Amino acid sequence: MIDFSQFYTANDHFTIIPAIMLALFGCAVLLFDFLLFPDPRHRKYLIVFVAIAEIFTGIGLYKQQAWLASSGVSQFSGFSKSVMIDGFGIFFNWIFLAAALIVALVSYKYLEIAGEHHGEYYGLILFAQCGMYFLATGTDLITLFIGLELMALCFYVMVGFLRSDRRSNEAAMKYLLLGAFSSGFLVYGFSVMYGMAHSTNLADIAAEIAQRPAWDPVVFLALTTTAVGLLFKISAAPFHMWAPDAYEGAPTTVTAYLSVASKAASIAFLLRIFLGPLAAARDTWEPLLSVIAVLTLTLGNLAAINQTNIKRLLAYSSISHAGYMLLGLIAGNETGLLGISVYVMVYTFMNLGAFLVVVALRRANIIGEDLDDIAGLVHKSPGYAFLMLIFLLSLAGIPPTAGFLGKYYIFLALIQTKHYYLAVIATAYVAVAIYYYFKIVKTMFLREAEAKAPPMATTVGLRLALATSVVATLAIGIYPDPFLRLAQTSTSLFR
Amino acid sequence: MDQHLLSIVLLTPLAGLAVLLFIPGRHKDLIRVWANLVGFAGFLISLPLVTRFAVGPGGFQFEEKADWIPSLGVHYHLGIDGISLLLVMLTTLMGFLSILCSWSAIQERVKEYYAMFLLLQAGMLGVFISLDFFLFYVFWELVLVPMYFIIGVWGGPRKLYAAIKFFLYTLAGSVLMLLGILTLYFQHFQQFGFYTLEISELMKLNLPLGLQQWVFWAFFVGFAIKVPMFPFHTWLPDAHVEAPTAGSVILAAVLLKMGTYGFLRFSLPLLPKASVDQTIVQVLAILSLIGIIYGALVCLMQADWKKLIAYSSVSHLGFCTLGIFSLNPNGIAGSVLQQINHGISTGMLFLVIGVIYERRHTREIKEYGGLAHVMPKFAVIFAIAMLSSAGLPLLNGFIGEFTILQGAFEANRIWAAFAVTGVILGAAYLLWLYQRTILGQVTNGKNLTIPDMNPREIAVFLPLIAWAIWIGVYPKPYFDILRKPVAEIVERVRPGYYGSGGVQNAGAQTGAGGQGPGAGEPVALVNPAAYSASSRTAKKSAGELSGAASSPAPGPQPLTPRAERAR
Repeated sequence: MIDFSQFYTANDHFTIIPAIMLALFGCAVLLFDFLLFPDPRHRKYLIVFVAIAEIFTGIGLYKQQAWLASSGVSQFSGFSKSVMIDGFGIFFNWIFLAAALIVALVSYKYLEIAGEHHGEYYGLILFAQCGMYFLATGTDLITLFIGLELMALCFYVMVGFLRSDRRSNEAAMKYLLLGAFSSGFLVYGFSVMYGMAHSTNLADIAAEIAQRPAWDPVVFLALTTTAVGLLFKISAAPFHMWAPDAYEGAPTTVTAYLSVASKAASIAFLLRIFLGPLAAARDTWEPLLSVIAVLTLTLGNLAAINQTNIKRLLAYSSISHAGYMLLGLIAGNETGLLGISVYVMVYTFMNLGAFLVVVALRRANIIGEDLDDIAGLVHKSPGYAFLMLIFLLSLAGIPPTAGFLGKYYIFLALIQTKHYYLAVIATAYVAVAIYYYFKIVKTMFLREAEAKAPPMATTVGLRLALATSVVATLAIGIYPDPFLRLAQTSTSLFR
Repeated sequence: MDQHLLSIVLLTPLAGLAVLLFIPGRHKDLIRVWANLVGFAGFLISLPLVTRFAVGPGGFQFEEKADWIPSLGVHYHLGIDGISLLLVMLTTLMGFLSILCSWSAIQERVKEYYAMFLLLQAGMLGVFISLDFFLFYVFWELVLVPMYFIIGVWGGPRKLYAAIKFFLYTLAGSVLMLLGILTLYFQHFQQFGFYTLEISELMKLNLPLGLQQWVFWAFFVGFAIKVPMFPFHTWLPDAHVEAPTAGSVILAAVLLKMGTYGFLRFSLPLLPKASVDQTIVQVLAILSLIGIIYGALVCLMQADWKKLIAYSSVSHLGFCTLGIFSLNPNGIAGSVLQQINHGISTGMLFLVIGVIYERRHTREIKEYGGLAHVMPKFAVIFAIAMLSSAGLPLLNGFIGEFTILQGAFEANRIWAAFAVTGVILGAAYLLWLYQRTILGQVTNGKNLTIPDMNPREIAVFLPLIAWAIWIGVYPKPYFDILRKPVAEIVERVRPGYYGSGGVQNAGAQTGAGGQGPGAGEPVALVNPAAYSASSRTAKKSAGELSGAASSPAPGPQPLTPRAERAR
């Protein structure tokens, strides 16, 4: 009889409670879907399962957080140091939780209209979140990679969820192929790291790389290949090609989830790698990332100007937001890293909010993604129009909305670290961004409505989700202190 | 009550806005009445600021301070000095009048319109009373959104273009300004070990000249676009022409002053070394002069009544910035007064256009002529507005322009010479406009039947006319209010300006400072010793010279603080 207790101790268990909850409930959703709800119209009650799953996940996260706070240690490892809970991981997991819950709340009406409301959708949301858990807490190349693939696989399926829609199929195929390609780069980089350190543990690799000279070719090889994989995931230029197509083709609810949670998880992953094993090679990657960040800002912002599809426009805008987050990493001081956390938190709510309004535009015979579809929205649904205005202002970074605070930290960090040119470029693109965001505003407020468009598709869930997003967007902007303190807990990684 | 007065003034429009949102949109008249009441209440509530404002002591009054974002060191800090007092009063009055003048002009989306105006009102007030840079920035940006909608929804044919142009220009400037703010914020942390954006704290910073210059240019972009100074003025004609009447009025009367106020409140006191830097002063003065003359020349060419007035703003605001960068009490006090004057006069001129536009729906000058025969009351009011803008003695514009010219003359006679041509051209284009539209015979048959102004329309003008005459006849209270804050600014950028009997002794003091007669050469400016804290006198003489570089002798200056007091 094998003694399992040495492979799976109580400590180990403690480090992955939330992930277990997510996986279990994900399976439960699949099971209950056809046991309890044979009638498709009742499938919306599966949301209850998702909600319960998130409650348990939340309890798990809360217990971990409380334990860390009470015991006074900043981090706690399990599974022979392949998973580590710390303020950083927990903070990001709260973001994933909020995103998953909000997306689950708003999905059913949209999917019902599309005729693709299936129970496994909710399972996939939870499984993807489980993958994200490991992206934020993993400290081992294998764990991280499995987390990444778990998340990505769920998203490949969800992007192609509208089986009868060609755009959705195309998007899924494109995302899958490019995603697999980039994973190949990533794994290649990982294998080089393993070859150097003879270990898959991030701390061991970091120690090994720190001993090597600055421009060591092997380190450079590992760095560049890993970076390609990571930058693909956060959709930084020039590895952003998949994003607009995937965002446009995917069901809007999935787009919302993809643009927010997947991006947050990938940023967490990127920070784990760049501030862990690659921290010692900072002199090498800082100029590289600076170029990437400027390129990302340029491409995202300039390409967004000509878009007429709202989802595509928001896709390019989310590319540019990745650029701002990268700038925080380039600054690399505590403000910059705190800035990334704040930015990710803020971005989650404002971007979700913007997509939720697009979700509400999907009505029986209207796709509701084109700029023309929101023409004169203020006359028919002034509430939605003003919500969208707030989200867009926040995305553009106009005070007193939350988006300003994210940019404030990033700019401050750039100035503190004397990256003046980057700061000027980054601020210049704020003005560019306002132009395309206000293309949407202009269409909503200043154009006449289409002759007869049906009213918005509202559900209780959607209203609740929108209310949450807008309250968060304004609250973080107007009274940010509690949120800043929360974000402060995430800086454990950087000390 | 007194310690929360500014908060009450600030929150009145917002409270009115909150109530307005609950009035159903179909009750248009109810909305109008309510918005007017709120506007009037806002003005009444701000009146105690005047009566309780103590002229004697300097510094800020009615101060309020509370923590806002402790993690960032940001405070909710309000307070006013003489400069902001005048601008606040201008804002509350013009805000009320522009709401009043919209009664019949706005028929569509009435609720949104007044909601935007009240939001705008709160934003503008916030800009003028914030003593925390973060708070200031929030209000500064907050103003953009309602103005965008006011131009974009209720504007003229090219409103979409004008609205987004306005938004993009000002936003681009203000984000660069944000970088400057963040630089100061970080420098303060490095020097004092804690983060703050309090203006009073940031004044304690000791920054090297190079850094000050960078920050100055960052601020400059933000403020100069707002003013607007040449060559950043191109958004202004579009925005003015396309905006509805009330939008133009508030834009000209108050929004543009945010830029000049920014120079006075932030650029000069926070960056004193950069502000007296020879290059910067020269560039700013030359840009102002170009603005004055170019704006006036363009006015002469305009065929559109409203565009003419819009370009006249460029010219008049050129006087304001020229006054500021004369860097002496006359220039700065005159500049502040001229900002108020411009608010009154140009506000009236835009209101005049609104009156006629509501009747004829055209702004082409050649469509009009001989209106005096049809609309005698209108002709009188337009005459007063036009003359006050042109700077006729006994009306407000004269006092402001005269004082600015005095200041400019003290600083550099050539500046004054060029600026005077602006006054002449100003009279030319305004009188010519008046002649073409009001005087002569009625040439266009359509003009024969238009009704004269009604009592509501006249009521809008009366307070402005009264104010214009008051300033023109008896400006002493204004100079009294301004003396202390202006002196603080001058003392800040040119330490010792008022010291020991004023500037007449400047030459003697320079000698005592060990610089010898050679200190009269502009070369002293680049002497690094001039910027060391130990040689205050040297710095003083350097500061002196930056203004008076062209005067033949470093000795007597034409006007002293005492001379000003005597006047």
